[in-house]
Amino acid sequence: MNTFPLRIGTPDGLLFEGNVKRVVCRTITGELAIMAGHCNFCTALGMGEAHVIFEDFSMRSAACIGGMLSMMDGTCRVLATTWEWQEDIDRDRASAARRRAEEALARGGLTDREHKIMEAKLHRALVRLSVKE
Amino acid sequence: MAANMKAVKLRIKSVQSTMQITKAMELVASSKMRRAKERAETCRPYFRELHQTLQDIAEENTDFASVYARQASSDKCCYVVIAGDRGLAGGYNANVFKRLEADCEGKDYVVLPIGKKAVEYFRRRGIPCLTEEFAEVANISVADCFEIANLLCTEFKKGTFGHIDLCYTAFLSMLSQQPEVISMLPLMDLTAEDRERERPRHLILYEPDAETVFDAIVPEYLAGLIYGGVCEGLVSELAARRTAMEAATSNAEEMIEKLNLYYNRARQASITQEITEIVGGAEGI
Repeated sequence: MNTFPLRIGTPDGLLFEGNVKRVVCRTITGELAIMAGHCNFCTALGMGEAHVIFEDFSMRSAACIGGMLSMMDGTCRVLATTWEWQEDIDRDRASAARRRAEEALARGGLTDREHKIMEAKLHRALVRLSVKE
Repeated sequence: MAANMKAVKLRIKSVQSTMQITKAMELVASSKMRRAKERAETCRPYFRELHQTLQDIAEENTDFASVYARQASSDKCCYVVIAGDRGLAGGYNANVFKRLEADCEGKDYVVLPIGKKAVEYFRRRGIPCLTEEFAEVANISVADCFEIANLLCTEFKKGTFGHIDLCYTAFLSMLSQQPEVISMLPLMDLTAEDRERERPRHLILYEPDAETVFDAIVPEYLAGLIYGGVCEGLVSELAARRTAMEAATSNAEEMIEKLNLYYNRARQASITQEITEIVGGAEGI
């Protein structure tokens, strides 16, 4: 199986740079896998689990939240708002965030904007927890 | 003579206390800078990649369904200007404004100032500001950048302005910082003007379609660039302040040295005068 260069960047730095066999991400329209030889392509990322399959067929999972994915002339760039490898996720923190968000949503009385923020927080926490498990 | 001596002594004291301040500011700036530099260095690759990716897309793009990819609707420009919160940073703030003025000459423009000095400057000049909410550059987080980006996107879609540019200071090294203006929107502005028109373009596939994709990624892209600019600006400000304060401290040292010499000379002169007076008096007896 051919490989292609992948770069994963977030505002916290360039997290990965190297050749991979496949990258699987959740985009705004659904799950998607990129393999070598893909045509020029551009899409926006949603919130969800992502997998990268490396040259030696090992796999790493990550929680990927927002951003963009582009494949230009054989180079794939994933520029995410946050990208956390499975081992870097703090389970306690994520479940605490989930609890807080759930409580706030259950309590109600939030403005539209606060409601949206809380929902996004809950969503992020759920994604992190599902990747961790 | 004695009065002169006293004046010099006072002057030395005042220079000394100024030196203490400049020295303290230098130390504060260099300790803050270490952290800011780390932040800027982790952010820089993302900033570059983001800009590069969008530039590549702009070069190849053939789908102009999205408002962000289309030709600009108006000539009006919006500048996001990142300057410092405080002065005493050498030419840092002035250089940003000078660079901006060179770029916006003869254009109709509004600004979105980030940093207290920028807000003050535009208020004084009477240039319309989009918002003055983001006055403190030191407290800007990624979330704030998203807010700014969303605001810019809504205004851009409404057609309030047709171009968005970012004016910030790039941190090249401890000793040199370069104010820069880069175009952010529309994507057409990103392409190099001198490229040959006939180059074959590779089609890009957008999933689900260009409009949706651009609607989703453009705010992200703006936020990323602004955040990058803020990080760079912050570290540039601290570096500029450190250099300026270092120069001020060494100037103060030089001044004190000169004043000390002058003081000693005055003291010597007054002693000599006293002796001459005594000798003169003794001879008169």
